[in-house]
Amino acid sequence: MPDIRTETMTVNMGPQHPSTHGVLRLVLELDGETVRSVAPTIGYLHTGIEKTAEQKKWQQVIPLVERMDYLSAQSNSMAFCLSVEKLLGLEVPERVRWIRILLAELQRINSHLVWLGTHGMELGAVSVMLYCFRERELLLNINELIAGFRMFPSFMRVGGLREDLPRGFHDAVRAFLDRFPQKLDEYEDLLTRNRIYIDRTRGVGRISKEDAIAFSLVGPIARAAGVDYDVRKVFPYLGYDAIDFAVPTRTEGDVYARYLVRVAEMRESLKICRQVLERITPMGAWAVADPRITPPPKDRVYTEMEALIQHFLIYSQGFTVPAGEAYVPVEGPRGEHGFSITSDGTNRPWRVKSRAPSLLACQALAKMTVGGLIADLIAVIGSVDVVMGDVDR
Amino acid sequence: MDPTALIQALQAAVPGARLDRAPTVDLQTTLYASRDDVPALARALRDRPELRFAFLAELTAVDLYPREPRFEVVYLLVSLEHRVRLRLKVALHAGDAMVHTVSDVWPAANWLEREVWDLFGIVFDGHPDPRRLLMPEDWEGFPLRKDYPVQIRMTPRTTEALQMTAEEFRANVEKDRLSRR
Repeated sequence: MPDIRTETMTVNMGPQHPSTHGVLRLVLELDGETVRSVAPTIGYLHTGIEKTAEQKKWQQVIPLVERMDYLSAQSNSMAFCLSVEKLLGLEVPERVRWIRILLAELQRINSHLVWLGTHGMELGAVSVMLYCFRERELLLNINELIAGFRMFPSFMRVGGLREDLPRGFHDAVRAFLDRFPQKLDEYEDLLTRNRIYIDRTRGVGRISKEDAIAFSLVGPIARAAGVDYDVRKVFPYLGYDAIDFAVPTRTEGDVYARYLVRVAEMRESLKICRQVLERITPMGAWAVADPRITPPPKDRVYTEMEALIQHFLIYSQGFTVPAGEAYVPVEGPRGEHGFSITSDGTNRPWRVKSRAPSLLACQALAKMTVGGLIADLIAVIGSVDVVMGDVDR
Repeated sequence: MDPTALIQALQAAVPGARLDRAPTVDLQTTLYASRDDVPALARALRDRPELRFAFLAELTAVDLYPREPRFEVVYLLVSLEHRVRLRLKVALHAGDAMVHTVSDVWPAANWLEREVWDLFGIVFDGHPDPRRLLMPEDWEGFPLRKDYPVQIRMTPRTTEALQMTAEEFRANVEKDRLSRR
């Protein structure tokens, strides 16, 4: 039939679509079921957090940066604190460093669990979602225990932590660490050798090592493509160089490799957590002993005049940060992120810029999906693990 | 690689370039460069075997209003081979905020430069797709500039856009700036 007219079709996928993890809009050009071009449109969730941060005092920025990326709240606030502390020239106590590492690794497991659950569900493995959210509940319970808030604890503060660890923290973390390895095996039993899952993911959404570097991809996406870059190893911070862990990498660069890398990363995070938990004493320093930055304990505020003045000054005026700029990269769940902050020497930041790994992953979506099938697009979007709050900020 | 060696290697790669080292507190060696040298510097930074800054970690800008030069474009670069980081800065004057794009060198810069154009109004010469990224296409003004209105206390009028005179606007910015002292 030589006279059949064929033409491509333009389809809007999103901004309201269950598999776009928020409000990502993709303008697709389809030739039958084959994707000919992908044009991501972002900005639907742009809330101007960076502009808002310029109006806040340094310590008040922490809840804002946590809300940028709901799956790496602790990691985000830690990155911000590290940058500010770098400008202030502060050295946090050793115990705080171990606690921060522990919380950041638990956050990584938390993020990967949500990723695994939603990604599995989008490909039809609904039970994986239920299993993953079951274990994530334990991590949220730990957050609730330390801060009273499950998603955005704001527990990291410039200069250390908000308060000391509560009673029962070690037991809660240990219970999770004992329970989780078997559960991780369970997820792997469901997916790793599942014929349907492999057929949907192997060879899908490939990106080469060269492209991954050129598009500044980081974290599990880059490591699945063979880029051996992990900030914890290459530019160690907080004492990660004293901890024994491996950086899992693959070379295939497809959706399946990203899955394998993330699952292996959860196992490595468990290893880190076990080593770090042993080093955290049940009681001890939880912030720097700097009266400009750390407020005095409440019992002193109620009984001593000086402590009351100090408390009042910290909460009304905040503290000033020397003029200059700092960027301390950390390895979050989605790869290198950090806050490039500029100070003009006052008690409010002059500029706060978040390095958003999700933004760059979004940019590379077209590279991964053009030429593939539209059904595979769902698998690819899931596998790059974008958080739209982090893309749009 | 120590900072001095890095600067020497870069200077040797781009002979005419003017590079000024600035003090820094973090991992990044900080260099100021002239905007005319940006394309040559970018290519040298990526391709020279002794540099190999193949990875553009971040591209952003800072508005130093009311200082002149008002804008600074900041490139954060990583050399995965040599395990070294660099912060390259280019100062731009308010009336002539334009710098050549680096998206032909680092494809990742495409969206990052669009974001800087969108929020700061800095033009990237030769950019393949110079549209706004985060704000709506028909938005007026550049929200992250320091003279863009914030915290204007006026009764909200739901039927018409927020209106204020240029004097009110400037006074507001000035007041805001003084309150930071």
